[in-house]
This record gives sequence, structure tokens and C-alpha cells, in this order.
Amino acid sequence: MAGFFKSSIGRKVAMALSAFFLMFFLLQHLAINLLSLFSADTFNEVSHFMGTNPIVQFVLQPVLIFAVVFHFVMGFVLELKNKKANGVSYAQNNGAANSSWVSRNMIYSGLVILAFIVLHFIDFWFPEINTKYIVGDMSGMHDGGFRYYHELVEKFHNPIRVLAYVISFVLLGLHLAHGFTSAFQSVGSSAGRKQTLQTIGKAYSILIPLGFIIVAVFHFLTHK
Amino acid sequence: MNLTLKIWRQKDSNAKGQMVDYKVTEISEHMSFLEMMDVLNEQLIASGEDPVAFDHDCREGICGMCSMYINGEAHGPDRGVTTCQLHMRMFKDGDTITIEPFRAGAFPVVKDLAVDRSAFDRIQHAGGYISVNTSGNTQDANAIPIPKHDADLAMDAATCIGCGACVATCKNSSAMLFVGAKVSQYALLPQGQVEAADRVKNMVAQMDLEGFGNCTNTGACEVECPKGISLDNIARMNRELMKASV
Repeated sequence: MAGFFKSSIGRKVAMALSAFFLMFFLLQHLAINLLSLFSADTFNEVSHFMGTNPIVQFVLQPVLIFAVVFHFVMGFVLELKNKKANGVSYAQNNGAANSSWVSRNMIYSGLVILAFIVLHFIDFWFPEINTKYIVGDMSGMHDGGFRYYHELVEKFHNPIRVLAYVISFVLLGLHLAHGFTSAFQSVGSSAGRKQTLQTIGKAYSILIPLGFIIVAVFHFLTHK
Repeated sequence: MNLTLKIWRQKDSNAKGQMVDYKVTEISEHMSFLEMMDVLNEQLIASGEDPVAFDHDCREGICGMCSMYINGEAHGPDRGVTTCQLHMRMFKDGDTITIEPFRAGAFPVVKDLAVDRSAFDRIQHAGGYISVNTSGNTQDANAIPIPKHDADLAMDAATCIGCGACVATCKNSSAMLFVGAKVSQYALLPQGQVEAADRVKNMVAQMDLEGFGNCTNTGACEVECPKGISLDNIARMNRELMKASV
């Protein structure tokens, strides 16, 4: 089994498995974000649960961080290996004749997403970890109420941040447009090439980023 | 028609190559691409120049020898054909055509447009066969029932001629369409089951050893494959390797 994950195919399978986990995570993250459109209280309660529940914090969160780091590191490793496999570059190469732009440029959409994650961590994750585990304030309270909704709204005051988020989500959509069905192919299923899953993949890669964009833009427009 | 050709010229495997321009005139639209290359070579020989080296053999789309990356695509702009089956009617009078060898680290240039594709042979030697005693008492093939669906898929996979267009096209120089087809043609049939696990492991190991890249599922290989080998064969190879590894 160890030999399997050292092989070219094994690495692809590992890449796809981390992708499945990340795609499930995106769905979960968006579901919680969407609550903020309808009810500040519900959003606060769910955020507090996610931020303090030991299973979420000490089991799922480390798995998530591992999956994110693994997906990026393996992405770079495979990209470098693949570049090494190329010979001399073609003088003329008509990639558009046989494949989509997004499928050929996953590394670039991936790099934008990486830059976004750094920004997102600086915006939300580092302050959150600092408050809870360094300052030691697990209450989730600020000025007599839950702080989560307030923090979210505050961050999306800045139009530059909103723009950066929107651009990143568009690139995320492009990444998913190829990645969703590609992951199925990598784990040996031809389902990703069937019409049903193609449609689900298309819907997923449009609706998930669109949902995140709506949350960001909604709070920018409604809280002056 | 009159054409300008931009052709990769490289004296030998160690030499540094470059694109060189040539003119050919009065090319018939009914000629195959290789016949057009023959006209150019006759012209070059008549003027005392070194003809352009390129691979070819059967010239009927079966042997897999002819290669060439024409205007940015393996075997040129037509679909489901090898270069010998590509006709000049796909081009227009006055066109400039770029002609390069198949590019991949594992396919070193031998001379001009001819590349060494023996890495494919070594992958085949690693497991692309079944060990059957053919000393005269082999079982009647018709005595082994095979579902029509499986037989068709195996036959489709077996139409791979090993030309290397998949590798040349792939942005990662991956050989997975080729290996996927070769693994599939046996994996689908009862005769291939006995050695199935070793076959896929050894062929994938050899593929990695030869320095081919990794599939990222762009699907470019399937589009450019002269035999229309399906990407499903790569998925099947992945499944076979998983099955063999657990």
C-alpha cells in the first residue's frame, strides 16, 4: 500500500481524496455563511458551536488543515514533476484545440486560492485562534453579545477586501469546474464523465463560489 | 497549392535543433501529409541538402510509426487520423505549416522529426502481454464465454497503435492513455485476469521509471488520439492499480 501512494497514480488518488474532503468542507462553510444573510443570532450560535466544540476544533480542524496543506504541497510536487517530464517546448502548441483553459491551468487558479487562504487566515483564522487559545477567551462574547456576526460585518466594510474575495471566488469556481469531475476520474470512476455528474459538477462549481460572493457583497451593501 | 513549412531540424540527438523555413510548390490537395513531405525531401535531395528525417511505415494508419506535431497538434488538425492519413485538403494555398517532433522528456529526438519511442516498448515488456502456452494445444477461444460489452471495450482499447500522440499532446507528457489502454485490453478479458495485478503494477512502475508525467485529466489525449482511445481506460487503470495494491 505504501508503494501505491508513491506511484504516479497513487499520488493522483491522494490528491483526489483531499479534494473530496475540501469540496465537502466548502459546502459546510457556505451553509454556515448563508445563515448570516437571514439571522445574526443563528449565525452567532452556529459559529460559537463550531468555534468551541472539541470535536470540530481538535479533530476536524486538524484534518482540514492537513488536507489543505497536503492538497497544495502535492499540487506543487506534481506540477514540478510534470514540468520535468516535458521535453523541449513546442514552437506552436494549440492547447485550445483539445482541452479547456481551466483544465490546463489548475496550478494558477490554485495559486490564487492559496493567496486567498493566506488573506482569509489573516482576516479571520489567526485573530480567532489568538482570542481563544492565546488570550484564552472562549466565551465568544464581546460588548455583551456574541462577536462573530459583528466581526464578519466589520470585515466586509472594506471594498478592496470584498473585491479580492470576489475575484478569488471566481478563480475557485474555475478550479472546481475542472476539479470536481477530475477527482472522480482520478479515483478510477468514470462517473465524472457521465452527464449526471457533469451537471452536478457544473452546478457545484457555479453555486458554491456564487454563494460566497453573495455573502460578501450582501454585507458590504447592507452595512454602511 | 504553395506552402511555407517551418520544420524542426536537428542533426542528431545531441545537437541543438532549430526551426528552418522551406517552400514547397504545386502540392495536390489529394496528397497525404507524408507525400507532401516526400516532395519536400526529393526537392532537398536534388539540391544536395540533407532530407528531413521522419518516421513512417505502413502509411495506412495502423503501424503507429508516423508522428509529427503539425500546427500545434499531434498528427495535425484532423480528428481520428494519423499523419499518413492527414490530407493536404485540410490546408489552404499560401498556408504556413509548423512541423515539430513529438515532444516529451521520455521521447528524445533521434534526428529532425524522428523521436525514440522505445520507452513504450519497455512499458509493454513490463507486463503488456499474457503468458499462454501456444505449443499447439491452446484452448479454443470460442470456448471461453465473454460478454459482448466487455469484448467490445477490450477491442476498443486494443486499437491503440502506440503512436505516442497522447504523450506529445499532454501538457504533462503523461503516458497514461497508452498504458491505460494496454492495461484495459487484458483487464477486461478472462485471459488477462491471471496476471492482472502484476501487470498493472509493473507497467505503471515502468511508466514512472521512464519519466512520463502524471495525468491531470485535461482530456487532450483522447481528443488527439488517432484511434479515439477513451479516457475511461485511464480510470480503469487507476481502479486496477488500487485493486492490485490493497
